[in-house]
Amino acid sequence: MKEAILLVKDLSVSFHMYDGGLEQYDLKVISNLTLDVRPGEIVAIAGSSGSGKSLFAHAVMGLLPENAVMTGKVFYKGKVLSQKDKEALRGTEMALVPQSVSYLDPLMTIGAQVRGTKPNRQIIKAQKEIFKRLHLKEETEKLYPFQLSGGMARRVLVATAVLSGAQLIIADEPTPGLDLEMALEALQVFRELADAGKAVVLITHDIDLAFHIADRISVFYAGTTVETAKAADFLKGKETLRHPYSKALWEALPQNGFKPIPGFQPYAKYLPKGCLFSPRCPLKTKECENEIPMTEVRGGYVRCIHAD
Amino acid sequence: MKKKYYLKCTGKYLFRMITLLIAVSVISFVLVSLSPVDPVQQYVGAVPNVSVEQRAKIAEYWGLNDPPVERFFAWAGSVLHGDFGVSLLYRRPVLDIIVEKFGASLALMMTAWIFSGVLGFAIGCVMGLFNGRWLDKILKKVCFVMCSIPTFWIGIVFLMVFSVMLGWFPFGMSVPKGVPADEVTILQRIHHLVLPALTLSFLSFANVALHTREKLVDVLESDYVLFAKARGESKWSVLKRHGLRNILLPAVTMQFGSFSELFGGSVLAENIFSYPGLGAAVSAAGMYSDVPLLLGITLFSTLFVFVGNMLANIIYGIVDPQIREGCIK
Amino acid sequence: MNLNRRTKMIVFVGVIFAVLAAVYLAGLFISDDFIAADFSQKGLKPSWEHPFGTDMLGRDMLARTMKGLSVSIIVGTVASTVSAVIALIVGVAAASGVSWLDHFVNWMIDLVMGIPHTVLLILISFACGKGLKGVLIGVAITHWTGLARIIRSEVLQIRSQQYIEVSRKLGHSSRWITVHHILPHMVPQFLIGLILMFPHAIMHESSLTFLGFGLPPEQPAIGIILSESMQYLSAGMWWLAFFPGLMLVIIVLLFDRLGENLKKIMDPYSAHE
Repeated sequence: MKEAILLVKDLSVSFHMYDGGLEQYDLKVISNLTLDVRPGEIVAIAGSSGSGKSLFAHAVMGLLPENAVMTGKVFYKGKVLSQKDKEALRGTEMALVPQSVSYLDPLMTIGAQVRGTKPNRQIIKAQKEIFKRLHLKEETEKLYPFQLSGGMARRVLVATAVLSGAQLIIADEPTPGLDLEMALEALQVFRELADAGKAVVLITHDIDLAFHIADRISVFYAGTTVETAKAADFLKGKETLRHPYSKALWEALPQNGFKPIPGFQPYAKYLPKGCLFSPRCPLKTKECENEIPMTEVRGGYVRCIHAD
Repeated sequence: MKKKYYLKCTGKYLFRMITLLIAVSVISFVLVSLSPVDPVQQYVGAVPNVSVEQRAKIAEYWGLNDPPVERFFAWAGSVLHGDFGVSLLYRRPVLDIIVEKFGASLALMMTAWIFSGVLGFAIGCVMGLFNGRWLDKILKKVCFVMCSIPTFWIGIVFLMVFSVMLGWFPFGMSVPKGVPADEVTILQRIHHLVLPALTLSFLSFANVALHTREKLVDVLESDYVLFAKARGESKWSVLKRHGLRNILLPAVTMQFGSFSELFGGSVLAENIFSYPGLGAAVSAAGMYSDVPLLLGITLFSTLFVFVGNMLANIIYGIVDPQIREGCIK
Repeated sequence: MNLNRRTKMIVFVGVIFAVLAAVYLAGLFISDDFIAADFSQKGLKPSWEHPFGTDMLGRDMLARTMKGLSVSIIVGTVASTVSAVIALIVGVAAASGVSWLDHFVNWMIDLVMGIPHTVLLILISFACGKGLKGVLIGVAITHWTGLARIIRSEVLQIRSQQYIEVSRKLGHSSRWITVHHILPHMVPQFLIGLILMFPHAIMHESSLTFLGFGLPPEQPAIGIILSESMQYLSAGMWWLAFFPGLMLVIIVLLFDRLGENLKKIMDPYSAHE
């Protein structure tokens, strides 16, 4: 097996917060997260909103705000990254595809923004090709962000990542706002990037789409991964999955019965002891209150002592 | 279609401006009419033995016996013809005085305006970049203190320190005493301009700096700056490419919108330094009940403020793509 | 920041308030004997006996300054209160949902902002024949615009909330809703706006007095003291202007800090710095 381009080990992120403006406490948004992405692979991080998905991307790229504290290790091609390393790799080795049009400078034309700080003839040519590929008209270059539709904005953001030539691409919700055809088209671009040997992390709450495009899926819950498994397992059905939350997610899909999961995802301030899913879990026992490690079960990884 | 929109906007703006100017002239006329000060007494005050008949004649000549509404229309009518009346204080047409003094005031105000704008912007950028560090904290405290310092006191302090104690600058006036106006060199003029301009820029400097800091912090915490960093832009490049681009426009607009404070401050600065501009003239007009001059300068200063606001709007329209590209807010 | 930051802030606010009250009372109770003319003591430099020196009539500058500040504080209080009440009425009226009223208020704000404040103050003072009345009216009329805008947008926000709609459906009149649901919410904004108006009111009062349009020369006001001092500047009598002005700056700064800190206590979200 090829060496992972990105390997995240035991990543935790917490924030210093002020309650009511004046009392201080620590808010743990990501806890003990582990993930690896290999060349040629798309790994989807799937989870509902508020599960800390975007912060994972920011942590990997060294973009966390100043009141955030990060522990754990991030490896890029086998080398542990310091904050300085991350800053050096941003834009050339690692690229981010952000969520929305608000990530574009409102006063700069699209063309100038996509080309970046050092536009030369080669980059301009590449940019034009990518725009054509993504069905962006040539006039788009001259537009300002506020003139873009939601779908156009997302394609522009995808274009920046493609143009960067980065080896690792982290896409944060690249599909909402696109109709199905466009979404598949955009995801196809990621597939091609992966096929060219790059590693792609796809952060999404659209689990259905993730099943179809990703190679592996990592299910996020309350700031940690509860299960990482081949996408094929998710397509096969509930029985091949390992974690009760993954199973519940599968059942919640429209084509599988639309069955809602009872209870709520806990707020980062009031995390339960041990297994984060235990308050909503039908299998809960006393042992669930202990620290739960990630274990290998049937070729996938799961954070549940009851999985078999 | 875009053209039509512009026309509509301009029309609306002009209409608003004209109604406001009319209101200002009505209000200021009412205010000066309310004054218990007898203009005739003020006029003849220094002259002994003015008979009752002579007083009545002056009153008659000024139309003081007519009803106020009539007087207003008589005055407004001549203003529309460019006749603001004759200043009691200077015994010359008000318009001539305004034109002459505005030149001096403009030199003072623009110097202060540019100085506080440029330096305030630069300091504000430094504070924004060092947001939360000690440099930012110290500069912020200095700015807060500066905001609490009245213009006239800092003017007096500057006079004490730089004119009286150090003797670097003259003690007032825009030109040396006893030198004919046409023999004053440009260097002498600048020499006389420095302290009043510093005084005038003092307050707005702190305001500009604090405002710029606030805006820059907002921009640096924005999503698009995060993305720029994610794309490998350095701190310096982020400031140059995105920071300045996004804070320059509000800063420039705010500067043009500050003409009101600028003019108000010039009244104080000119009085302290006996600088012969409009500001000194307006307080003299009020002090010695020179009603035509007082009204004239009030209208003129209002127009000055409007022009500033209009320039701010025009600049916004030209520079901001959201307005330029015809997005109707 | 730590756990007792709130406590610290409340203590800080209390201290500022106490200082301001002390200055006010000191000025009020200093006997006029202290500022009686005494030509044997005229033009003295600052000393232990006269920390701020004496003026050309031999009056103690410290006593004059305290009295002047006391006058400034009371003038500032009255003018700001009137102005804040105007702002409250105008702001609530603008947000009452009557379109022409809103337009009219905006137009009025543009009008007041359109004339440079100092010029408008001179005009009003001139209309009132100078003196205290002119200053009070002038400062009150020129300072309400900012707070009125804040109150207008606050009221609009509250009006858009559901419980107001419910209350209306229950048959409560617009006036009843304004008094029972909207005005109580305006109290913090009103108080903070009022206190933050103080520094400007005091500065404008003393500026106007300095120009000769404010308080009469026989009043012990900072503006009077400073305009008198101008005559003796070239004679090097720096203390006549320096200390009184410095005290004015300190009072203005204290009011400003008082307002800003109260804002943080009442609105915790703005404490994220």
